[in-house]
Amino acid sequence: MSALGQLPGPVTGAPPAGEPARKGRSLTGYLLLAPGALWLLLFFVVPIVSLLAASLYDPNGSIESGFSMTWSFHNYVDALADYARPFARSLWYSLLTTAFCLLLGYPLAYAIAFKAGRWKNFMLALVIAPFFTSFLIRTLSWKLLLSDNGFVVDFLKTVHILGSDGRLLATTAAVVTGLTYNFLPFMILPLYASLEKIDARLIEAGGDLFAGPFTTFRTVTLPLSMPGVVAGTLLTFIPAAGDYINAQLLGTPKQRMIGNDIQRLFAAGAYPTAAALSVTLMAAIVVLVLFYVRRAGTEELV
Amino acid sequence: MTKVGRWIGQHLILFLGLLVLLYLFAPIFVVILMSFNAPKSKLSYTFDGFTWQNWQHPCRPFGLCDAVGTSLQIGLASTVIATALGTLMAFAMVRQRFRGRSATNLFIFLPMASPEIVLGSSLLALFVSSGFGGRLGFWTILIAHVMFCLSFVVVTVKARLSGMDSRLEQAAMDLYANEWQTFWRITFPLVFPGIMAAALLSFSLSFDDFIITNLNAGTTVTFPMFVWGSAQRDLPPQINVVGTAMFLLALFLVLGGELARRRRSARAR
Repeated sequence: MSALGQLPGPVTGAPPAGEPARKGRSLTGYLLLAPGALWLLLFFVVPIVSLLAASLYDPNGSIESGFSMTWSFHNYVDALADYARPFARSLWYSLLTTAFCLLLGYPLAYAIAFKAGRWKNFMLALVIAPFFTSFLIRTLSWKLLLSDNGFVVDFLKTVHILGSDGRLLATTAAVVTGLTYNFLPFMILPLYASLEKIDARLIEAGGDLFAGPFTTFRTVTLPLSMPGVVAGTLLTFIPAAGDYINAQLLGTPKQRMIGNDIQRLFAAGAYPTAAALSVTLMAAIVVLVLFYVRRAGTEELV
Repeated sequence: MTKVGRWIGQHLILFLGLLVLLYLFAPIFVVILMSFNAPKSKLSYTFDGFTWQNWQHPCRPFGLCDAVGTSLQIGLASTVIATALGTLMAFAMVRQRFRGRSATNLFIFLPMASPEIVLGSSLLALFVSSGFGGRLGFWTILIAHVMFCLSFVVVTVKARLSGMDSRLEQAAMDLYANEWQTFWRITFPLVFPGIMAAALLSFSLSFDDFIITNLNAGTTVTFPMFVWGSAQRDLPPQINVVGTAMFLLALFLVLGGELARRRRSARAR
């Protein structure tokens, strides 16, 4: 999705001969950008700075008495000492979620791009359609689907995947199922966008050169779809790490993620600790993402 | 059976894809079913019986329709603002040359790549530290929604713009249309589907947002917040009526658009 916008289309390249000359273009560019950029500056950049500041407030303050800036870097040490486990759990869950989304999303994106024929747009519409029912309602539905006497549990018991006393709801499996479900479209759409651009003749050529379907996939299709894989994994991993809805509705306090704690602390008015946790989450994600993008080597991602 | 087996073998990917599609739709079926539920107790987590009642009286649960109304207002307002600002930005990014373009690109992408809890909490930190902590509500929600919809609008419109054939505009210019005429007769109609898609996307993002809204809403209740609140208590089946209605509306819009496109292309042939 994001990789799509960056492709140098015919318009963004060097203007060919005969391209109408635009007068004062650089100024027009800034004027067009200004309102939106100002909004982002005021309500995205400044808030991040406020969050950084709040994370260094005196932890003994309260909403009533106000918070004073005491540069308490100790907030970070305390917060991490208390919340290391939900933190690690969040990153682990979103890693699992990303893996499952890739595993489930790739076949569907591939099927839409290469096998759907004239049903392509129709299938794409079906991927997006469930999006429009509130995601909270859909997550609550998973509570029903995974409930102890629901048919999913019954089925898994019948085929002996789940023991006779087994359950799904209120387990890690339920939380990861919900997370995978909620972020799957974010994987499918960028995957589809990059698969769709692959010239089908390249895949045919793989077959002509006596490569089996698997070899063709490994050496031709997969490498060509890497921009989609990178964009999809980022768009899945990042929001999943901060989510707390699935852990709250489908899990128990044992499965709680860092988002649950941040939300709870903010609601309780413990701003400095909550802000420190929020900043740490952002920093952890930035570091992981930079490391990953460097390894995956797709620089023109955004 | 072997024939079926071979057919499945050949269509394995399509078959797997359809299974994944089923996974995407599983909860939708539950939502539709539960919208006709007549719950025996206050906790409606099981299907107890069929009724039309919920569809006839969707506003019965106290506060539900007010919450939907609030979400519609915020959704429409933030869609209009975000689509306008985002479209201008997309035009600047694709059509204009200026210094710091790639930095701007990254800057626009960042809100999309930040976890919602971070976006929500940082806005809360700003509102509290600037003395708006007691005045959270409609306006603070609107500000937040425009902020996170903006990036999605820019990306969507940009994709449409950069996929466009600039020779059409050159042709218009060659036929002595001035810049203004070229824009309104050629460029804008061609980009319009992208703008519509962006608007639809930001409306659904705004209407559906819970994490950011919850931190910046004060006492204002949007639809997702109503759902969240009642999930802890009684979960009236009318919630599923709203969910089903939204799904049907989306299906109608998306499939309607697809059918219209097919009819047009059939006529063109």
